Formats: sequence, C-alpha cells, structure tokens
Amino acid sequence: MRPHRLFLLAAVVSPAAFAADLQLSLQLPTQTVSEYHRPYVAVWVERADRSVAANLAVWYQNKDGKDAQTGKSEPGSKWLADLRQWWRRSGREQQLPIDGVTGATRPAGQHQLHFSDGKAPLAGLAAGSYKLMIEVAREVGGREVLGVPFSWPPSAPVHLSAQGEHEIGAVKLDLNP
Amino acid sequence: MKKLSHWIVFALAAVIPVAASAHKMFLVPSTTVLSDPTDAWITVDAAISNDLFNFNHHAMDLANLVVTGPDGKPVAAENRHQGKWRSSFDLHLLQAGTYRIAVTSEGLFASYVDAKGEKKRWRGSADKLGEIPADAKDLVISQAQGSVNTYVTVGKPSDGALKPSGHGLELAPVTAPNDLFAGEAAKFRFLVDGKPIKDLKVTVIAGGTRYRDKQDEITATTDADGQFSVTWPAPGMYWLNASLDGQKATEPKASTRRLSYTATLEVLPQ
Repeated sequence: MRPHRLFLLAAVVSPAAFAADLQLSLQLPTQTVSEYHRPYVAVWVERADRSVAANLAVWYQNKDGKDAQTGKSEPGSKWLADLRQWWRRSGREQQLPIDGVTGATRPAGQHQLHFSDGKAPLAGLAAGSYKLMIEVAREVGGREVLGVPFSWPPSAPVHLSAQGEHEIGAVKLDLNP
Repeated sequence: MKKLSHWIVFALAAVIPVAASAHKMFLVPSTTVLSDPTDAWITVDAAISNDLFNFNHHAMDLANLVVTGPDGKPVAAENRHQGKWRSSFDLHLLQAGTYRIAVTSEGLFASYVDAKGEKKRWRGSADKLGEIPADAKDLVISQAQGSVNTYVTVGKPSDGALKPSGHGLELAPVTAPNDLFAGEAAKFRFLVDGKPIKDLKVTVIAGGTRYRDKQDEITATTDADGQFSVTWPAPGMYWLNASLDGQKATEPKASTRRLSYTATLEVLPQ
C-alpha cells in the first residue's frame, strides 16, 4: 500500500518540494537458544566524525521488569549501556524516553521502519554522507553493530543492503527522492 | 621466617609501592559505565596480587578508602568486607556523572642504626616519629604518598570528581576515564603537587596476565605538559601505574618523597 501512495504523491508534488524518504527493513534473526530475551536495538544516523545526526529507533524494556530469580523490580534502562556505541554516541546525552524514537523490544523477525524528510526524527538532516547504524545487544546473548553508508538526500531511488552475522540478519535500506 | 615474609609484604606494598615489585595493588569495579539513573549499584574488589586481576596475595586495607561523587563530595561505601585475598565494598550511585574511587596511602619511613649498632627500620605517621630513639645514628627519613584508583560513570561523564587536589601524584584525565574504547587513543596528564610532570614513565598492563606468558607492558612517557597517550589494543580491564622518587618532601623531617599512582581502567569494545 505504502509505495502506491508515495507514487501518487510524487506525481502531484514537484521533486524539489517533496520530502525524501528512508525505509529500513531490519531482520532480527531467530536464535536457537534455551534462554531467549528480545534484544535491545538502536538505529541511528551517524556523521563522518561519528557524531549522531538522528536517532531513528531505540527498542528496550522501557518499563520496569522483574528479575526472574528474585521477583524484584528492575528498571530496563539498566541494560541500555549494553548498546555500547549508541550509549556512548547518543544515549547518555538523552532524556529517556525519546518521543517517537524509543519503544518496547520486538520479537525476532523482519521489522519495517519508515522515515520521511521534514518529519521527526529525520527533520533537518543536512545534505551529506552518513552511515545508518544498527546496534543490537541481547541479554545473555551477543552484540553486533552494522553500518550502511548512504548519501542524503537521494537524487534517485537507492536500494542498499547488508547482512549481519549473528544478532542482525538481512538489512535493506531504500532511499527515495 | 613468618616475620621475614611479613616484612617483605610490608616493604613491597608500602615502602616501594609496586614499581620495583611483582605485587600489584588494584581495585576492580564490577561495571564502569551505567545507564540506569535511578538505582545504580556497583561492587568493587580491592587486592594486592601478582596476577592482574586475580586475587592471590593480600586483601587491601580499606581504612583510607575515599569515594568522590560527581558533585565533588564524599560517597559512603556499603557492605565492606575484608576476606583472605581481597576486600570488597558496594557503592550506591545515586547521582549521574563520574565517580573517583581511591585508596590512598601516606606515611613516613625511616632507617637508622640503634645504640647496639643494629640496622633498624621504622614506618609510621609524622606524629609517631618520637618512637625513633633519640640516639639513633645514620637516620634517614623518607615520605611516601600513593593512591590506587578506579572510575565509574552513571550517564554522561563529568569532571567534578576528577579535580586535582594539588597534593602528590595525580592523574588529570584529558579523555574521560570511562570513555575508553579499543583501537582508540586516550590522553591523560600527570601532575605532581598540581603541576605537570614531564618525563614520567607510565606503565599499562592488560588484565588476564595469568593466561599469557608475558606481561606485555605498554609504556609511555609524559611530555613537557605532563601529557601522555595510550592506544588500547583490545577491550578489557587495564592496570595503569606511574611512580617517582626524589621529590621534595612536604614533611619537615623527611629528606625525600616517593609518589605513586595506580588506576584500573576499563576499555570497551567498539
């Protein structure tokens, strides 16, 4: 449905005035483990100097959890520092939750994220070269960081892909002018 | 024999802190970077050992434990315990920012020949100098100041706990001590009594020495501004040490002063 609607919009609005669009398909692989916890995930746009241009998504246990052994309440933010790069580049500067960015953890599978220029969190992203960064950290599991370089805004549709190794599966990044 | 070995421990741990000795003093924090601003806790082990960071020689005395919070004020340690091989304590980190955890030492050391012509050694504080006999010959008194440190940060690093006191050998971080990553260079500055010290040799050793055949020391030397830089080869806990002798004593009766600084620093993966 979505591409169709975009096509219609593109037909009526001049390219200069129309906001570019970024679609991310992120696969969280199914893990064959006896103790599985949904991973913490951060997706952000990084500048060449590794500073953060935009936080796109942060999935974590955003409500207090219960320790399985003791039943005691434990804030999910305790484990956010396990997203080491994101925590260092952005997380520790943020007041959580971030409206429209932070949310609950998600199960294994393919997840679609859609962002438009001129709308938070992509609003004001200057023209330039960036990396789309994905960091995934799973309790009693592994951690993986993946970066997909891209230029913004796209002058023509761009289809980029990458493949993670253990905590990240197939990644597709589609940019449309 | 027992007495002798006790003397060796005493001498190695206190008189010549670490540099010339195989025994290393260290603090090991359970975590150094925390993201929970509401109820953060860490536990810290403190020991004097041959191996980094295994406990196999002596528990560290925590009498002079000083924990400084992000606001520069002291933080109380909880659940103190001294075991056979290591001491430990917990810290409830209620403020966001960087904490400095230090075990400091300050003392006087004397050697002299007593009335019977026997060589004697003495250790104590300035107010106990009267214990040395008035007829002691060849009396040499030296002063020693040292600290064993580590750092922990809740949220964003801050420098309120890192302000130099102006006394002894101190590390003034240029790079935040809880913002260390493998493959990156970190820069620090050493000060003696608040002033940059040049040509100071700094030794850095990665933990896990038990599982390799060499210490694999990384060495650096401070420049005219007291600065040096370390590029971390891999993630892990690192032991950093510097010491120097021959400094002007601040105790009137001491002829010289020995200074040492030790820190445990955690380097994270990229």
